[in-house]
Amino acid sequence: MALLELNNLKVHYPIRGGFFQRVVSHVKAVDGLSIQIEAGKTYGLVGESGCGKTTTGRAIIGLNKITEGNVTFEGQDLTKIAHKNQHSLRRDIQMIFQDPYSSLNGRKRVLDIIAEPLRNFENLTKEEERRRVQDLLEKVGLNPEAAFKYPHEFSGGQRQRIGIARALTLNPKLIIADEPVSALDVSVQAQVLNFMKEIQKEFNLTYLFISHDLGIVRHMCDEIGIMYRGRLVEQGNTEDIYENPQHVYTKRLISAIPNIDPGQRQASTQARQHILSSYQQDLNNLLDPEGKPLALKSISSSHQVALP
Amino acid sequence: MWKFTLRRILIMIPQLFVLSVLIFLLAKAMPGDALTGAMQANPNVSPQVLAEQREKLGLNDPAWQQYGRWVGNLVQGDLGKSYVHKIGVADLIGSRLANTFYLGVAILVLTYLISIPLGILSGRYQNSLLDKTITGYTYLSFATPLFIFALLILFVFGFQLGWFPTSGSVDVGIDPGSGSYYANKFYHLILPAIAGALVSTTATIQYLRNEVIDTRLKDFVKTARSKGVPESKVYSKHILRNSLLPIAAFLGYDLTGVLAGNLFIESIFGYPGLGQLFLQSITQRDYSVVTILVMLSGLLALIGTLLSDIILSWVDPRIRIG
Amino acid sequence: MNTESVLEIRDLTVAFRIKDEYYPAVDQLNLTINKNEVLAIVGESGCGKSALALSLTRLHDSKNTRIEGELLFKGQDLNTLSPGQMNKIRGSEIGMIFQDPLTALNPLMTIGKQIEENLDYHTSLSRKEKTKRVIELLENVNIVDPKRVYAQYPHELSGGMRQRIMIAIAIACRPSLIIADEPTTALDVTIQSQILDLLKQLQAENDAGIVLITHDLGVVAEMADRVVVMYAGEIVEIADVNELFNNPKHPYTRSLLASMPGANVGQESLHVIEGRVPSLQNIPRGSCRFSERIPWIPQTHHAEHPELNEVAPQHWVRCTCYQNFHFEDEVGDGKEIVLNGIAGTQ
Repeated sequence: MALLELNNLKVHYPIRGGFFQRVVSHVKAVDGLSIQIEAGKTYGLVGESGCGKTTTGRAIIGLNKITEGNVTFEGQDLTKIAHKNQHSLRRDIQMIFQDPYSSLNGRKRVLDIIAEPLRNFENLTKEEERRRVQDLLEKVGLNPEAAFKYPHEFSGGQRQRIGIARALTLNPKLIIADEPVSALDVSVQAQVLNFMKEIQKEFNLTYLFISHDLGIVRHMCDEIGIMYRGRLVEQGNTEDIYENPQHVYTKRLISAIPNIDPGQRQASTQARQHILSSYQQDLNNLLDPEGKPLALKSISSSHQVALP
Repeated sequence: MWKFTLRRILIMIPQLFVLSVLIFLLAKAMPGDALTGAMQANPNVSPQVLAEQREKLGLNDPAWQQYGRWVGNLVQGDLGKSYVHKIGVADLIGSRLANTFYLGVAILVLTYLISIPLGILSGRYQNSLLDKTITGYTYLSFATPLFIFALLILFVFGFQLGWFPTSGSVDVGIDPGSGSYYANKFYHLILPAIAGALVSTTATIQYLRNEVIDTRLKDFVKTARSKGVPESKVYSKHILRNSLLPIAAFLGYDLTGVLAGNLFIESIFGYPGLGQLFLQSITQRDYSVVTILVMLSGLLALIGTLLSDIILSWVDPRIRIG
Repeated sequence: MNTESVLEIRDLTVAFRIKDEYYPAVDQLNLTINKNEVLAIVGESGCGKSALALSLTRLHDSKNTRIEGELLFKGQDLNTLSPGQMNKIRGSEIGMIFQDPLTALNPLMTIGKQIEENLDYHTSLSRKEKTKRVIELLENVNIVDPKRVYAQYPHELSGGMRQRIMIAIAIACRPSLIIADEPTTALDVTIQSQILDLLKQLQAENDAGIVLITHDLGVVAEMADRVVVMYAGEIVEIADVNELFNNPKHPYTRSLLASMPGANVGQESLHVIEGRVPSLQNIPRGSCRFSERIPWIPQTHHAEHPELNEVAPQHWVRCTCYQNFHFEDEVGDGKEIVLNGIAGTQ
């Protein structure tokens, strides 16, 4: 059984208009998204800005209101459980945010930042709390003394580790990582990515990895879903997506990854041109009348594509 | 745009209703009533007469009936009667409104005339001697209570030097409507207007200074410089307009504030405006006047918000209303 | 390739003031930018690449920045020009493109006006001619329906379109040098490749030299003719793009390549550079600045006052440590990892 299952998830925002500000239509940020994430695996949710990937992550954790559909976590439907019960499940799902500079409260000490989830869920003495936080800091490779400093005293990579430590405080099972390294430099990025892989093994974590960077997703993920206008256009394991992409949108995304070999510049420009023209020709045939991707169809046991 | 304005005006109706209920209840909750003042003025009035009067005025009716009568009269334009001045509240306010308006406009114009250039200079030449002088002034005027400031000005320029009149809005015996009448009114205006402006500039200068400093570091300013736009034009075309946006957001309140009256300035300079009237009416328990004045400033605040929204949508293309 | 130079940078030092002391963010840098070439400047934040980019048109706040050295552009030293003379060159001879197209455009000015402003100060065109030229520029940067966009405001356009507008502003007066500071960092991949294509195409049309500042080695591989790698205010390696990716020498260049997920497909973990980029006050000046990040390499392998040495034709590397460099977890020569990485991509 999957650890997390999204079933036909929809998140719509109302648009108001007219004299009485009635709801005249909806922005369908997420519009019928179904994915399953196995325990201990990393699922990459990929797409361009505005495709609904961030909204999805926020909806799972309860930061966005779900319009329709189910979010099943360990067999329990999060959308159906009353707020109180949900609380205990909330411990098991934590989030890491994109910008380590703005996601940490600058006026709080690292100790208070990391202990905040603990204070919501557990009654620990000051001493116990401090020990827990310092253990966590050591786990994320920071000096235990860091507990008494403020976020501005740390570099971007260190701050992201603090963000990860905060996410780890309650021993979660699922971590939703929304663009966790896109604000960081390459070498710091490598540090954080390596570290995320290490703790995944150590704590048997499951990741929902939200990113627009296909290079990083390839490195991190076991399963990948390509999102377009609130739905998936293609889903498969890393090999399916990178070696055998079927949907023209996926092909286009993958062809746009910069080629690290300057010798192949000409070739990749041509390939890009080729894919772009077929993208422009074919895309409309692959969308429903509303302009949304069609339903997914299996083409192998691991690989599904939204083709007619 | 018109739809937006109309909708906002319609929304004002329930807001005004709530406001009127609140004001009515507060007025009721205050010690004494309209006749308490009259009784104080004339100790010979017997309690019996008073009771009759109360019955006649409907002061013994249930509260909701009294409220209904009050609001009904308001809507029909009958603002009631001042118990102290023995004239209609409408007439009383009308006679003061013009004075308050002149003073308000004078303060507003002076405020912006002083604060916009000072704020911009201060922000542009941040940390220079000029900036330090200007911020020094704003700290001083911020730290000094308004009435001390005003009293000082009144004392020095009015009493010591005798350059300006010390109270009133016009000298007695000047033929209303003549040129010298208006000149005299203007003369009376100068001192309170300067006192009011010097204090109200503080916030605007500080605000504008910070805006200029922030805007100066924005990327689009860097873009403008990279285009070869001379520094003076970078300020006049790019930084200034963007820095003035938040000021524009307050302009609506400021414009309607012109009619609300300036409590302290008017009282200190003995200037017969609405602010002074308000203070007097409170001390004299002239509740019919007080309630109307509070209603008026509530209405002005609501219109001010609306005006601010409209002004902002004019100057900022990102804000679209309708 | 045409090797006529556009800009010669000689002994450029850009120092920032921190509490009454000046600390160089760019340290005695020498570099020539040629006509019709894309010169990429790569490095992580804090390496001095953006400080360098802004100093080329002297856009730093003059109160807190000291620029020393020569910036020889078409025979004149930009560093000696008056502000007025400098303004004549900015926007006409040298165009600039910045990272975030959302904040780089004035939110209160129409697109047309913002491009036109460039023409206002550098041409004597009539109003009509200017409008015509702006529409033409919008067409050049592949904006659909330029007449409509002319009257629109920045917030009404997408990120990709805004960056096209920035490019239109930069090329409005057909500059001979374009400085692009992280032009695609804020954009989606598909938009990124379109913008890079557009830049290439415009360069071919105008013969301009482009200085491309970026931290993204993928963008470098796609765009650059020559690459400059910067670390802590110094150039550590210069080479032709093929040479740099196939035969990287300096430990920093090799570390950067090894830490890229895209260049190391199939590897369980990525290379991590030890320590962190030193802050301006803490740069170890006078020795090999990268030495503290590779402490397993003995000090004797570093040069005393490391200079740029030409190790192959047109391939320059600073310090001598590259000769004996290997990653900490490997023995001996570590070239293979990086090479495998590149061969493994697509």
